[in-house]
Amino acid sequence: MKRVFPILGALTGVLLSYALYEALVAAPTEQTMGNVQRIFYYHVPSAWTAFILFFINFFASVVYLIWRANKADIVALVTAEVGVVFCTVVLVTGPIWARPVWGIWWTWDLRLTLTLVLWLIYVSYLVLRRFSSSGQTPLLAAVLAVFGALDVPLVYFSIWFFRTQHPQPVIGGGGSIDPLMLHVLLINWLAFSCFAALVCWSRYRLEVLRREVDETLALEALLEPRHPQTRTSPTGSAG
Amino acid sequence: MSYLYAAYIATWAIHIAYLATLLRRYTRLRDEIAEFKGRIEEKN
Amino acid sequence: MSTVANLTRATLAKDLRLEWRSKDAINSMLFFSLLVVVIFSFSFDPTAEESRRIAGGLVWVAFLFAAVVALNQTWAREMRNQVLDAYRVSPAPPNALFLAKVIGNFIFVTVLQALMTPLFIVFYNLRALGPAYQLPIVAALGTWALVVNGTFFAAMSLRTRSREIMLPLLLFPISIPALLAMVEATGAILTGEFSAKFWIVLLAAYDLVFTIASLFLFGFVLQAE
Repeated sequence: MKRVFPILGALTGVLLSYALYEALVAAPTEQTMGNVQRIFYYHVPSAWTAFILFFINFFASVVYLIWRANKADIVALVTAEVGVVFCTVVLVTGPIWARPVWGIWWTWDLRLTLTLVLWLIYVSYLVLRRFSSSGQTPLLAAVLAVFGALDVPLVYFSIWFFRTQHPQPVIGGGGSIDPLMLHVLLINWLAFSCFAALVCWSRYRLEVLRREVDETLALEALLEPRHPQTRTSPTGSAG
Repeated sequence: MSYLYAAYIATWAIHIAYLATLLRRYTRLRDEIAEFKGRIEEKN
Repeated sequence: MSTVANLTRATLAKDLRLEWRSKDAINSMLFFSLLVVVIFSFSFDPTAEESRRIAGGLVWVAFLFAAVVALNQTWAREMRNQVLDAYRVSPAPPNALFLAKVIGNFIFVTVLQALMTPLFIVFYNLRALGPAYQLPIVAALGTWALVVNGTFFAAMSLRTRSREIMLPLLLFPISIPALLAMVEATGAILTGEFSAKFWIVLLAAYDLVFTIASLFLFGFVLQAE
């Protein structure tokens, strides 16, 4: 396992560089927007990746609720964290794209608002995980993830109707896409998906190690209570 | 045009920042393990 | 099924009776609501035309703040007297406890709204140009949306650090579609420019989904304490 990782890392690096080249050089320049449109090749794949990661989080949370599998809990944590990172990229690149093209930094359009709400829900998920005492955290977090997933269609419909009542420019444009542009888009999506998978894998291994260490240290504290601890109790105490 | 570069740089800045926090957590964990091993050695 | 109903009624009656006797929570909340209305009225001083458009947002943000204050102390009494432990050990269905708490909070927040609304009408010279009979429907559905999720998240926040900030932090993002619906529906009714029907249906759907989800998952949260 250990040998594979650097190789995959290097391959992903190559893929990302190639995708970047395609996005900046090989892809045709858009008619109306010019070169700024190339932000699209980073903005959209990041959004797709974030949504997929959140989807996986939902599944892992349900698995945890039913079977209490520790691995499922770790998968949920990992996909939530990496998902928030990609979601942040979407929310930052969106306004940077909107400003030169439409003259505004932000508009409450469907896709951008949905992304913002998802970001808020998952940041609150991560805050819950950080702030609650370790025994119940996986369970509460899984419940919150289910609530968040139930919320998403409702968010979608509410914003959709809001937009039909108060129409405004749509960031990201609609309509058909040039096949060459589609090709570049998919290449970038593949590259970022590989990148996301590697980051998730690293975070997963880190979390597994973290939990093993915590357990060992807790066991040590139990067995030898008179020895002074040089660090605070690893499991933390409730509020 | 500078907007384009700003977007790409921002993207990678965010990713690198996250990877940096992962690295920091990993080194801290490694230190803890080393310290723990030291304590075990002491007792034996 | 009837055990749930009986238990709910008993718990609710107990809560209302205790609250009526001590009045500790409701007095402070009343005053807080009054302050919120006054401060909002100072900050936003629109013309009659504008005020009808924005009143929906103002009113519901004010209600939201009042609701959070009410929600934060939902489980305080239970925490103080180890009631939750007793409940966990008893064969009583956890849904009954949850339902009683939600209905209690609903009554509570509705009372606050009933007191805040006349003040808003006075300060903003509000008059509904659309079908005013829809307003109580929107109020009821909207309040239920906030209260059902709020009570649930209040229970989830019990064992977290910074308990008071955890509740709004969890509640606000999830409530966004409901808040949008409440604000838009109220604005539509006051200005008479649009129909509020879609928003009312959305609120009803939101209430249904999350009431079922909360009843289904509350058992987990209670066990987790």
